[in-house]
Parts: sequence; C-alpha cells; structure tokens
Amino acid sequence: MATVHRVRKGFDLKLVGSPSEELSHSAMPQRVTLYPDDFKGFFPKLSVKEGDRVLAGDPLFYSKKDAALVVPSPVSGTVSKVARGEKRVLHFVEIEADAAISYKNFGTSDPSALDRAGILEKLVQSGVWSLFQMRPYGIMAQPSDQPKAVFVNAMDTAPHAPLVQVQLKGREQAFATGMEAIKKLSDRTVLSVRDGVSMPAFDALQGVEIHAFSGPHPSGNTSVHIQTISPLNKGEVIWTLTAQDVCSIGSLFLTGECRLDRVISVSGEGVNTPKHVSVLPGAAVSSILANDFKGESFRIISGNVLTGKHIGLNDGLHFYHHQVATLPEGDQPDFLGWLLPGFGKFSLSRTFFSWLTPNKTFALNTNMHGEQRNFVMTGQYDRVFPFDIYPVQLLKAMWAGDIDKMEQLGIYEIVEEDFALCEVICTSKQPLQELVREALDTVYTEMN
Amino acid sequence: MKFLHNFLDKVRPAESSPLYTLHNAIETFLFVPGHTTHSGAHVRDAIDLKRTMFTVIIALLPALVFGMFNAGYQHYKWLSPEVAFWTMDNLVYGALRILPMITVTYVAGLSIEIYFAFINKHAVNEGFLVSGMLIPLIMPIDIPLWMVAVSTAFAVLFGKEVFGGTGMNILNPALTARAFAFFAYPTYMSGDKVWIGDSAELAQKVDGFSGATALGQYATSGTTTYSAWDAFLGFIPGSIGETSTLAILIGAAYLIYSGVGSWKIMVSGTLGALTMAFIFNAVAGSMDPGPMREYMSIPPHFHLVFGSAAFALVFMATDPVSAAHTETGKWIYGFMIGLMGILIRVFNPAYPEGWMLAILLMNTFAPLIDYYVVDSNIQKRLKRAKI
Repeated sequence: MATVHRVRKGFDLKLVGSPSEELSHSAMPQRVTLYPDDFKGFFPKLSVKEGDRVLAGDPLFYSKKDAALVVPSPVSGTVSKVARGEKRVLHFVEIEADAAISYKNFGTSDPSALDRAGILEKLVQSGVWSLFQMRPYGIMAQPSDQPKAVFVNAMDTAPHAPLVQVQLKGREQAFATGMEAIKKLSDRTVLSVRDGVSMPAFDALQGVEIHAFSGPHPSGNTSVHIQTISPLNKGEVIWTLTAQDVCSIGSLFLTGECRLDRVISVSGEGVNTPKHVSVLPGAAVSSILANDFKGESFRIISGNVLTGKHIGLNDGLHFYHHQVATLPEGDQPDFLGWLLPGFGKFSLSRTFFSWLTPNKTFALNTNMHGEQRNFVMTGQYDRVFPFDIYPVQLLKAMWAGDIDKMEQLGIYEIVEEDFALCEVICTSKQPLQELVREALDTVYTEMN
Repeated sequence: MKFLHNFLDKVRPAESSPLYTLHNAIETFLFVPGHTTHSGAHVRDAIDLKRTMFTVIIALLPALVFGMFNAGYQHYKWLSPEVAFWTMDNLVYGALRILPMITVTYVAGLSIEIYFAFINKHAVNEGFLVSGMLIPLIMPIDIPLWMVAVSTAFAVLFGKEVFGGTGMNILNPALTARAFAFFAYPTYMSGDKVWIGDSAELAQKVDGFSGATALGQYATSGTTTYSAWDAFLGFIPGSIGETSTLAILIGAAYLIYSGVGSWKIMVSGTLGALTMAFIFNAVAGSMDPGPMREYMSIPPHFHLVFGSAAFALVFMATDPVSAAHTETGKWIYGFMIGLMGILIRVFNPAYPEGWMLAILLMNTFAPLIDYYVVDSNIQKRLKRAKI
C-alpha cells in the first residue's frame, strides 16, 4: 500500500474547458519541429543539415559537452528547415514527416538481463535518454552522474492536465518494462501517484516505492515529492521522469525503436471539444487541434496555462510538454477594473466580491490585471508554496545574483514551475519563473 | 467608455515630459491596462497594488466617517451640553476641517511621488493612496494645514523616496510624517489644546474648557473622566481617526477577511499590549500611592480602547513593507510593538502615547527579526546536508 502524503498549500485553478476522458489519435503530422531551447543544460549542436533523410531515432542534435548525448528525431522524414537567429543561434529544426514512420532499430533486449551500464548505453545510444531530467537545476540529466534516486511522476495536477489513467491505458507492458530498466539506474526508485488513483500497472510493480499525494496543485510537482520523500542536498542528484516517459523507455527495450508518442490533453475555451489526444513531440499544433480551434482571439499554449509557452498554430508541441491549452486573449482595457466590486473576477484574495461564488469555474483570459510593481505584500506566496523555503528571500537572492545565499535558501530544491502559482497570485506582478530559470542557469554555469 | 479611452490616447504627452507620468497615472487609474502576459504564467489573479491599497481605504472609511462626526461633536459639545452625535452639523463641521487636510496631504505627497516617478522613469506607485489617507487620520484636528503639508513632504522624501520608493522604505511613511510633526511642532501635536476643533476659541468662550485626552488625564492624575465604553465607541477627543475602537474593528475585520492585513500582527500586538498591562497591574501593588500607581493598575483592556492602540495595531503596525516579512517574524514583531506601546505610553513623561514610537522602533528591528527567522531555515538546511 502506498504511503499517502497530504499537501495543504496551493490551489486548483478552476478553468472552463476541461478535457474529457475521450482519447483520439491525431493524424500523422506533416511537419515536426524541435526547439533546442527545450533542452536545458544540453548546449545542442546540429547533427543534420537541411535536406538530410532521418529515421525516427536518428540524432538531430548532440551535446556540445558530450557528443554521445543526442536528441532523436521523433519521426522519419526529410530535414526541411534549420532556422537560426542572431549570432547563428539555433532556433528550431523542422522535419517534413513521412506518411508512415520508419524507425531506426536499436535491437530488443530484456532490461532485467542487462546491468546498469548496459541499460544506460542503450538509452543514450537511442536518444531516449533525452527524456531524463535532473535535479538540481531542472535540466537534461547526465548519464555520468550517480543519482541518489529516480523519481517517476505519475500525477500532473496542473490545470487541465492529462489523466494518467488515459495516458497509460493499453501501455501497461511498456510501462512495466520501462520501470524494470529504471530500477537498475539507482538504489531508489520512487513512483508518485495521485491519492485515490489505482491502476493495475502500479500494483504489479516490485522494488519501487510508491507514494501517493493528495491536495491541490502543486501537489503533483516533482519538487514537492522530492522535498517530502528525500530532500535534495547540495552535491546530490536526482533524475526525474514522467509516467509516459517510462512507456517510451519500455518500448525501446520491447521493440528496439525510439517511440516518443504521448497522450496529451487539449483543453480550454479555444477548442470545441476538449479531450485527450495521442501525439508526437514536435508535432505541428495545427495537426493536433485539427479543425477544432476557434481562432485568432485565442492564445495557444504548449504546456499548461501556468508554465507553458505561447505558440502559433504552425509551431510544434515542445519536447517536454504534455498539454495544449487555449485561453482567450485579454487585451482590452478594463474601465475602473480595480475599483468596481468585481463579482466575476478571479482572485485568491478576497478583495473582489467573487468570493461570494467560490466554486465557480472561471473564463480567465491572458490579461495581466495590473502593472508590475515593487514587492509590497508579504506572506502572500506562502499560501501556494508548499516548501520549507522562504520564497521572497530566495527570489531576492536571485535578483542580487548572490549564489551563496541562493544555495543557503534552497535553490537546489526548486525549479521554475514551483513558482508558477506565486506568479499567478502576485500582487506586484513580478515575472518570477523567468527570474528562477535565469538564476538556475547562472548557478549551473558557475558550478560546472 | 471607448470614447474616454480614445481621448486619453489622443492627449498622451511626449514621454520626455513629466506630464507623461501624470497622464499614465490617470490612465491606469481609469483603466486597468489591456496588457497581456508575455512570460511565465498565462493567467493572473485580478488583484494588483491598486486594488490592495483601495481595500485598505475601504477599511479606513468607518474610522474616517466616525472621525468627521466626532470632530463636530467634540467641538459643539462645549457650546451646548445636550448636543447629539449623529447630526448633520457635526458631519459638516468635521468634513470642513478634515477634507482640506486630506486634500493637502494628497497634493503634497502625490506631487513628490509623480516627480520621483518621472525622474526614475517608472510608473507612480500606489503606496501613497493609503499613506495619504492615514496621515490626516493620525493628526490632531487643530493642526495647521501647512504643517500637514510639510510633514507629508518630509515623510515621502525621507521616509520613502530616498530608499527607492514604495516597497523599499524602512519606516512606516505615515508614522514618519507624524513623528516629524511631533518633533518639529510639539505644541501643535500634544497637550490639551489641539484635540478639539478650535480649542483656542472654545477656551475663551467656555469656562472650565478642557481639551485633554483620556490618556492626558491618566498621565497627570492616574484617572480619567471618560468611560471605557465611550472610548470603545469613540465619543472622546483624540487624533481624527483613532477614537472609535469599534469603527477600527470593522475596518480590521475587512482587512483580515480580504487577506490584505496581517491578522498575526494584530493579534500578537494585542497580546503584547495586554501582557505589558498585566505586568503593570502586578507590580502596581508594591508601589507608592499616587497617580502612577493608579495608572498602572487600570485594567489591561482599558489600554486597548483609549488612545491610538487600536488604530496603531490595525492600520500602522500591519504596513507590510515596514513590518517583519516572515510569518514567524510577524508574531514577534507584533508582540514587541504591543509591549513597547504600553511601556512607552505609561512611562513617557513628554507625551502620553507610545504607539508611534513603538512602531517606528520595531520598524527598524523588523529586518533583524527576519534575519534570524530566515537563518534558522538556513541552519536547518545545512544540518540536513551533513547527515
């Protein structure tokens, strides 16, 4: 039986347009786009040039620091565009996809018969390794590290997050095989699940610690799980994965192929039928939304509304994202908006009279609802920040660029997504996630 | 409202002009801008600093309106003993005295704020919306308007802008204004002749006129002619907004409910005040008889309804910028203000009220309190790393 942990701080944003459990398979995308910027700490160099033919599993990028580390192509096709910006910074690589995917074969094997080195070699060689991320820093993991644990996250609590029950349905065997391989990588393998969700795929696992979490978002954030189960100290490393990544790892051993397809949720006011869709990373959003998108006045977000990226209809789903969310743009000025009672305004504080209707789902838009100011309010973040960390003090250390202070105040225990709710409720409208990412990058560069 | 927005667009001054800052302040006052999110979370809470400050203004309204009635009541009471409280005459008298003070405060403070916003190239911060309302409420009714203006200017310049503006100040700006007025013009800020409107005129007209506050009486004789119930309701002389504990409690309830004011500071401050008063009660028994012994033996809850205890704990100590920033720190900070407030009130020979000094003192200690609270978190992390 899983240990249950209750997270008390946080809140669930009640947005309209939540996805149904219906799962549809998106049509084969004509175009797949990969963004080097998604792979933090990887410093990608191109392995291909325009016009090259690639198979699914062929490397597109390799790491400047370790040429053996690669990011694989999710599809087979022709490299149609390599976009560079100023100073030849790589923006994206676009592949014209074949109508049917041909996979590069890395050979099947039974993970229980392999040792740690053998498993790592296969993961790295096939590029499936690119799914592994590490703490601290929230960047791509390095196979040379000896992590104290691997954390597999099977619960996403972000608004309109895809349901793990839908994601893993029919992929139980791949999941079990993947977990078998992951177990060999460290002394401790932790699977975190939402309290109350039971699945045969979880029950059958041996040698894996299962921890259940209840409570509002961010109870599904991996940082919360790590802090609760095995807090990260300076010098320690933890590798992190999502449950779907485990299926891709399992598929590699079962089929010998690099299969990165995943189930994502498509949600929000901007689509007619919010649901789950099976897609490939990098797939053009136009192919994912098909003809379901309502049009210009809506913003398309790769990822969830708290942490995602604003993208266009022709852009691709970012590599680590499991959602396409839509929101109405809120670019209209609001007459005396701060002064009127505001019965329909969303606020976690009770300064607007929307507290009269606490269970309402809100049709939120992308308006800032005010301008950026210095910090004035205190203790505000504590309501949504379930860490043993003083958030404002840590943020101020980040502004000051004081690495010693950041270390002392716990920068290794968080990544930018943990500050998303703080950013939502911030009275002073401070850009927190941007700041946290920059600070993590700075500390990483200084330390390595 | 489209035409208004279009009009504002049309008359927008050049960015190099100070009028641009003023225009921007007016425009964002009338319209929450149509800016959309461009980094981080895509949705945002409707709350902003304007709304936060406006919430405090709403919380101050009961005390302000009561203060207007009371200003008239305290004045007319000496002319005819039978005068009622809730009369139009009282309100008009109070409004005619208090509204000019509010106007002067806002004009003096906001013009400096706008000037600094212009030279520092940022938007006008909303902090002064509240400071500008607090300053008149903690002044005696008889203070000349120019003193209010000078005190306000001093507070905004040296209490706030030299530190970098709203959010960066160490001392509570409203209390800085009061402290300035108190030390610069002591005869207009203390004594028996300032708490009732037109005291000088009344003293000539009415035999036996006394404008002493309840605390003034306590300090000289160890007893007061006002009942605690009158003090709770607010029918006593004092600074404009401080007299009615009830009106302040209504404001406190709204501040706490809306999540804008820290209940921790209010509660711990009250506990601190009661603790000090209990200590005085306990030692009073072994003292020589006299006014001081009498004063020290008054029941602790009396201390909360007389003077500015309630106003200070609800509206002054809770200023988030100058208070302790950590939640644990807030308990300590509030409690110390409570202790110091009563200690200074009872033992300060120069002025029979202690909250202004207690809060300003603890403002300077708040960063130290936070330092130790945060340090304990750091130590915990270091300890864990060794194991």
